[in-house]
Amino acid sequence: MTDNTIIEVKDLTKRFNGLTAVDSVSFSVTAGKIFGFLGPNGAGKTTTIKMLTTLLHPTSGYIRISGFDPIKDAHKVRQIFGIVFQDQSLDEELTAYENMAFHSIIYHLPKDIWKPRTEQLLKMVELWDRRDDLVKHYSGGMRRRLEIARGLVHHPKILFLDEPTLGLDPQTRNHIWNYIKELNKSENITVFFTTHYMEEADKVADTIVIIDHGKIIAQASPAELKSQTQSNLLEDAFIKLTGRDIREEESSPLDRMRMRVKAFRR
Amino acid sequence: MKVIYIIWLRQLKRYYRSKSRVIGALGQPLLFLLAFGFGFGPMYQKAIGGNYIDFIAPGIIAMSILFSATFFGIEIIWDKQFGFLKEMLVAPISRLKIMIGRTLGGATVAVVQGIIVLLLSLLIGFRPVNLTQLPFAILFMILIALIFTAFGTAIASVLQDMHGFQLIINFLLMPLFFLSGALFPLTGLPKALAFILKINPLAYGVDGLRATLAGMAQFSIIHDFIILGIITIIFVAIGTYSFSKIQI
Repeated sequence: MTDNTIIEVKDLTKRFNGLTAVDSVSFSVTAGKIFGFLGPNGAGKTTTIKMLTTLLHPTSGYIRISGFDPIKDAHKVRQIFGIVFQDQSLDEELTAYENMAFHSIIYHLPKDIWKPRTEQLLKMVELWDRRDDLVKHYSGGMRRRLEIARGLVHHPKILFLDEPTLGLDPQTRNHIWNYIKELNKSENITVFFTTHYMEEADKVADTIVIIDHGKIIAQASPAELKSQTQSNLLEDAFIKLTGRDIREEESSPLDRMRMRVKAFRR
Repeated sequence: MKVIYIIWLRQLKRYYRSKSRVIGALGQPLLFLLAFGFGFGPMYQKAIGGNYIDFIAPGIIAMSILFSATFFGIEIIWDKQFGFLKEMLVAPISRLKIMIGRTLGGATVAVVQGIIVLLLSLLIGFRPVNLTQLPFAILFMILIALIFTAFGTAIASVLQDMHGFQLIINFLLMPLFFLSGALFPLTGLPKALAFILKINPLAYGVDGLRATLAGMAQFSIIHDFIILGIITIIFVAIGTYSFSKIQI
């Protein structure tokens, strides 16, 4: 590993009641690069991100985030990254502005930084006019945009984006990716993202890892992936590598837990 | 400090923005005060003497704090389901601060509710013996609120969704309330019942409130205070520990 490695993962495995969600995965991410983590539904992307971001303990394996272990040095790891989650993590009973303020304060940002940045970001995602509305009155797309704006308030060393642009129109996606690329360049922020939009991954990623059924099946630059599979589009390369079957989305551990509770009570 | 403050503030905002919850949380104690207070009043007067409203008002205040504090603790499940817990858990803040902010927030709201119930009971006819004791009564309210917010947090860390909530009300909160001496005097009870009362934290809270507000006490105020203080520390520690173990 070079000194430039900011995320290092070796033989990472996570099992939930006999189901192996992530199966002995190894990869590394170079600091300052944009890293695309692709895979069909249920491939283990979100589970991997949860383990990298201290939310879930791995069954086995080795993770280092900027040299720190997310289990033993959870607090240090949390100071390094920011994340935009795949599913909602806003407080609906607060306004958009209050959500931004809450985030800024728990990330210890001084007022003279977060106030102008909040305005800039909310304007970028076109929510500034509605900043004092409660989030529960927001549509799905507006929530998504707020979620992204919030994730960008503090400038972390690593930014995790789990399907950040899902359900957004091309204009907004374009805006957001330009902003993220700009951050990546100007602040040398490492970006680790997942997406189902292959043309997005093709455009922004320096390196792509493809995971399927919990295992890594390819790791290369978008251009290399296309030439390896003799495809013109990353989408074709992706389908050649992962097959044509449609995947059932695995339920999250929480969903499974809910089902268990229900079964138990019956 | 700022972190604890913002978490505390969030709890307060969530509370006063949900009007139905405010009304719901005050309706139950009011119903108890009216139904029991006037229903059992004549009987109490004949058997024991004195005003039954004076006797149960402190008990009902304790009840309202018990229910709302536990609920605010359990609310973490909500945050888990609606995703906001993740936002807090990945932030570079200690679990202890999250726990302290949440517990103080929940306890603050529960105490405010307790005070509102106290005011309502004044309207119904409750006459506190000595208003100089009010600060001590509020101290007891705070202790009860802290204990049961932490208690709710510990439960929420184990539960995965709100389905189990009804069970908790029926099999934990209701017994805690009924066996706390909130509704009946503690003298001349069967041995088993007297024993349960002795190990029920709420019993000391009810007793402390009754001593400070109505001038009737089973144990001494100091005794109530020390026991509640110790239980508070234990419960907050348990709540913090179980909260720190949450994985999503």
